[in-house]
This record gives sequence, structure tokens and C-alpha cells, in this order.
Amino acid sequence: MEKLLLLGDEAIAQGAIDGGISGFYGYPGTPSTEILEYVQHNKEAIAKNMHREWSANEKTAMESALGMSYAGKRAMVTMKHVGLNVAADAFVNSAVTGANGGLLVLCADDPSMHSSQNEQDSRFYAKFAMIPVLEPTNQQEAYDMAYYGFELSEKFRIPVMIRITTRLAHSRAGVVRKAVKPENGIKLPEDPRQFVLLPAIARRNYAKLLSVQPDFEKESEASPFNTYTEGSDKKLGIITCGIAQNYLLENIVDKEFNHPVLKISQYPIPRKQVNKILEECDQVMVIEDGYPVVEEMLKGYQEKGTKIIGRLDGTLPRAGELDPAVVAKAIGLEVNAGPDVPSIVKQRPPAMCVGCGHIDAYTALNEALAEYGTGRVFSDIGCYTLGALPPYNAINSCVDMGASITMAKGAADAGLIPAVAVIGDSTFSHSGITGLIDAVSENSPITIIISDNFTTGMTGGQDSKSLGRIDDIVKGVGVDPAHIRVLKPSKANMDEVVAIMKEELAYQGVSVIIPRRQCIQTMKNKALGEKIKALGLK
Amino acid sequence: MKTDIVLSGVGGQGILSIAATLGTAALENNLHLKQSEIHGMSQRGGDVQSSMRISDQDINSDLIPLGGADIILSVEPMEALRHLPYLKKTGWVVTNATPFENIPDYPAIEDIHAEIKKIANHIIIDADAIAAEIGSRRSSNIVMLGAASPFIEIPYEFLEDGIRKIFGRKGDDVVNKNLEALAAGRKYSEENR
Repeated sequence: MEKLLLLGDEAIAQGAIDGGISGFYGYPGTPSTEILEYVQHNKEAIAKNMHREWSANEKTAMESALGMSYAGKRAMVTMKHVGLNVAADAFVNSAVTGANGGLLVLCADDPSMHSSQNEQDSRFYAKFAMIPVLEPTNQQEAYDMAYYGFELSEKFRIPVMIRITTRLAHSRAGVVRKAVKPENGIKLPEDPRQFVLLPAIARRNYAKLLSVQPDFEKESEASPFNTYTEGSDKKLGIITCGIAQNYLLENIVDKEFNHPVLKISQYPIPRKQVNKILEECDQVMVIEDGYPVVEEMLKGYQEKGTKIIGRLDGTLPRAGELDPAVVAKAIGLEVNAGPDVPSIVKQRPPAMCVGCGHIDAYTALNEALAEYGTGRVFSDIGCYTLGALPPYNAINSCVDMGASITMAKGAADAGLIPAVAVIGDSTFSHSGITGLIDAVSENSPITIIISDNFTTGMTGGQDSKSLGRIDDIVKGVGVDPAHIRVLKPSKANMDEVVAIMKEELAYQGVSVIIPRRQCIQTMKNKALGEKIKALGLK
Repeated sequence: MKTDIVLSGVGGQGILSIAATLGTAALENNLHLKQSEIHGMSQRGGDVQSSMRISDQDINSDLIPLGGADIILSVEPMEALRHLPYLKKTGWVVTNATPFENIPDYPAIEDIHAEIKKIANHIIIDADAIAAEIGSRRSSNIVMLGAASPFIEIPYEFLEDGIRKIFGRKGDDVVNKNLEALAAGRKYSEENR
């Protein structure tokens, strides 16, 4: 079969395409973004007109995917780990409704927080929802699991999570394709009330979910993705999860290493194999990327009392992603690092681009706020979060998508007036609108700056769902049109921008200032340029 | 054969074009390949790196182990130094001479070059000047790839094929300029190693 060079993300997309999917849903978020981007440029996906548009946020994406599954077709929803917090309501309940057409929930975790606010482990969510998880070791498994995941999902009529971490998401390797499967036709659920979670029905569905847990476990025990490598030295056994297997093999490939190794890539954890390694080894080391999920389970799992070591006892670091050196140290091998980094080397943090509109907005805001003092600017998730760094030092918070408006409101409720929110256009569409409704309903004295650059910039320029509609949305929510101020942030306009900001900061109610200028990284995107022109935004 | 390369530079300098050429060359010749890269926040003017592993055997880790890199190939000199702990004792540092100064406290370039020269095996090449001489300023990354090529265990013809494949759509002129850039980089290293 054909061999392709694919990122882990792309392998998942291709596996789903070949596995007969009909629709992808998602919201951009590193390291998951490239899945939907790949589909958007894939000829077969375009020819079959698979759904491949971005959604407003992860919750709307999860629900749309569930709707496609209801209709009998296969769907995937993609998100970064913290996106699952946004989608959690729909996600947890989808385990209770169950699926109809195959439903895969792809969560890309980011241990070490390369581009994230935390390093939460999505496997916890899957355990919480009581659904199976597939965790690929390499790009080929990523492909195979997306392909096979639909079979698993349809066999048990249950959503299945695929969990990857940054390294696999953003690493390329050769992937061999399988035969392309046809899509499902529309076929409604056999039980017309399967998706109606009224308490009586939910209780019935939940009982069913509980009753199939042992079947999920048997499925894991028989899974080709879970492998047991026998070993004669049973003083130590090793359990690796997903990508951790690679780091172990990297270290032992040319060495004598005779310990039993259980690789887990399908959950719930395979009881038979786990009991075997606990039975036959004196102690067991668990190596997993992310939280010590399996390690914690095993500490309370066994009857024999085999010593479990891993992240919890310091054998491996408690936080941060795995790498070959970390694993080498844990299994007692020497690490021969090269020369130290010379002290002359300076930090080079990411920064807003030269010519970025956010910079002019912050320059103006800092000047307008000078008379009130610092400490009153609540910001959000996007390129403009970099306004926290020098020379701007312009913001005081970045918590989660949409938290700028609501935190500013809370601070104003406490008497910090004026309080300012800074949010981008895409984040506003994602989770800012509901917060604005709260603020308008109480006419909170806050100034909201929606820095509109017509795109989702931080993740590489994906669509912004409210393109051309921000002003109408703000008006529609009920902000007084006299206090909706659209302006062009630039050095030439600086005096005017500062003056407008000062006026609105002094206003004792909700004002929305919209500095509007295209993201310079998207200037080469002709389709976007035409849309902007057609909407009269320039 | 097995070559592990740390590619480094600053977000926006296009180190992934080097990775793409190498990757294509490896894949077209049925070699195993793993190439890990950074996306997201650090792309915005921060330091970026990509691990490139090429082998005729299976490759396990997507990341190169500490002390495991055969080559640090950097399109920016200070960024070459940032990844030294990954360099093998016998490894090569191949770096562009020209600094990318987007931070206020960028050190004196003479000091940076002096640190690089402390590494036994190093090549400092003015890739921008060489690319300009050829009349193809955008090919400086390919000059860098050429400069690293004597230390990569892939036949040189494979790299040329990679360039033909990657730039083929842009026409013969672009292909030829990049082949010229590759050769110029290689020549510099062979004369200055």
C-alpha cells in the first residue's frame, strides 16, 4: 500500500479518512490543529465533501460530532487537552447517550506546556466518562488507531478517545495506508430514545455503560496495541504507556535488557497482562507521558503488594514530558550529555510580530490607563497574551478561553473600576459572548477591547467564526451602540486611539472597543483577503 | 547508517524547509525517518528546533537523546549554542554566521563565534552572503543544508533528488538555483573543515 510521510496529527486524519469518516469537527489548539488543517487540504476529503470546517469552540464541535454520530455516520472531534474542559459537559454525557455512527474524540495533550496553560492528562477524563482510550506509540499506530477506533466505537456504540501528546502530534514518519472504507449512510438509532437523557432513560443508559466495562477490559486484553515482552530478569518489570515505549526502546536497543515490558496503548488497562507483570516481578516501574494515571491506579489495584515506582516516588520527574534522558536515568543508565550551554546564550522568548496590530492596541491602552495605575487588565488566550512580556507588561491575567471579560466583571463587582478585558476575535467567538451577556445584564463598568485581526492567529491563521459579525454580535447582546468604538490601531492614529480609550475607561457601563487590523501573518492568504474586502472590513 | 540532526533557528526563519528537503530525500530512498518539530506559541520569533533522525533501521524515539546528535545544523549562531548538550563528542556544529537580533540583550557576535569555535568540529558559514552571490537570497537555508551535507550519511545525490522533488513545482530555475546553493554550501565545508 501507499506510504506517506505524515505528522502524528496528519496520520490520525488520514486514518479517519480511510476508515470511512463523514465529518471532522474541532477548534484550533496546539498540538491538535494540524488534524483538521490536513483534512481541509486533502483531495479525497474535499471530493467526498467530508465536513471539515472549524467550530466556534470545542463544546459546539463535540456536540456537532455527536449529532453526526446520532444520524449514523462516523465523526471525529479534535481539540487540545484544555479544550476538553470546554467540551466536558457534552463529552461526559456522550458516554451515557452512547454513539450510533462511530465517534472518536481526539485529545492532544501538551506535557511540559510548550504552548499551554497546564499539562492535564486527558486519560483522566476518559476514565471519568468510562470510555475506552487508544494511545498511539508512533505515527503508524496513530493512523491504525483512527481507522480501528471507528470499529471499536461501533461495536460497543460508545465514543472512543484517542489521546496523543505533543511529540507524536508534531513528529513526522512514514505511514502505510490501508484499504479505504466507504462512509456510512444515514441510519437513525434503533432506540429512538437512546439520546434522550431524561433521568429515567439516563439511569438505564448508565447501567448499560457500567455493565459493558468488563467488555472494554477484555477488548484491551485482546488488543494488538497492548504488547507483553517476556523477560527473564524479574527483579524489575516495566509498564510503558503510548509514546513512553519509544524512549525505553531508544535506551535499550543495543544493550542487554531482560526485564518484562508491558506496553499499554489501549485502555481500560488490560487486567490480565497487568496482573501478570505484578505477579511475576518484584517491583514495577510505570513510564507514562503526562500524569501518573496508570501508576496511581496500580498502587490501589493489586493484591500481592508489588512495589510500584514511577513519577510518584521520584524515579521519574513528577512534571514535564518524557524524553530519552529522563527514561535512561530511571532505568539506571548513564547519560552522556554534550557540552553545557554557554552562559552567553540569552533567552529568546516568543514575541508579537513586528507590525502586529495588537502592539499598537497595547501601546495605546498603557497610555490611556496611566492615570488609573496598573493591575487592572484581564486578558485571554491568543497572540495578545504575549502582551504580558516586556516591553508592554500590559496584562495581568490569562486563565482560560473567555475569562478576560468575566474576570474583569468580577473585579469591577469588587470595586476595581475601571477594569479592562482584552480578548481576540476568535476567542470572543469561542467563549466571550456569554460573559458579555452577564456584563450587559448588570451594566458592569468594564471596558472590553476586542482586538480583531480576522483570524485565529496563535495557531497559524485558522478561520475566525465571527468574521465580519463582531459589531453586530456586540450590538445584539445589548451593548449601547454609543459605546461600541471601532478603530484602526496604528502609530499614525495613536492620539485618536488613546483618546477613545480614555473616554470609554471613564464611562460607568459596558463599553466595547474594537481595534481592527488584519494579522500580518495572513497577508498571503488570498481567500481571506477577498472575504475581508467583500465584507467591507478594510 | 544513522544520522541524528538537531535543526535550530528562530521562529520564522524556515528551518522546516531544510527538514522537508532532508525528509523527502530520506523517504524517497526508503530510509526510516522521524522528524519532530515545534508549532504554536514559540513560532512567534522565539527559539525553535526540530529533531531529524534518519536511519536504515527502525527509529524509536522522536526526540534525539542528550549527547546523541551527529550534527547541530543552525541557521542562527546563538541558537547553535543553545542545543550543545545534545551534541555527540564527535559531532559537528554547522551554523550560519549571521545573527538574528530580535532581543534587546543579544550578545556581541564575536563572542558567539568564539564560543562556537571552542567546539572541535565546527563550520561557521555566511550562508546569506553565499546565497546572495548565487543570486537567490531565499536559498540560504539550502546553502546551510549543503554545508552540513559532508557530515550526513546520506548520498549527496539523494539530497539533490530531494531538492528536485520539493522545488519541482516552482520550475527549473528555482530547482537549479537551489542545487547551486546546495553545492556552494558543500564546497565551503569541504574547504573549511
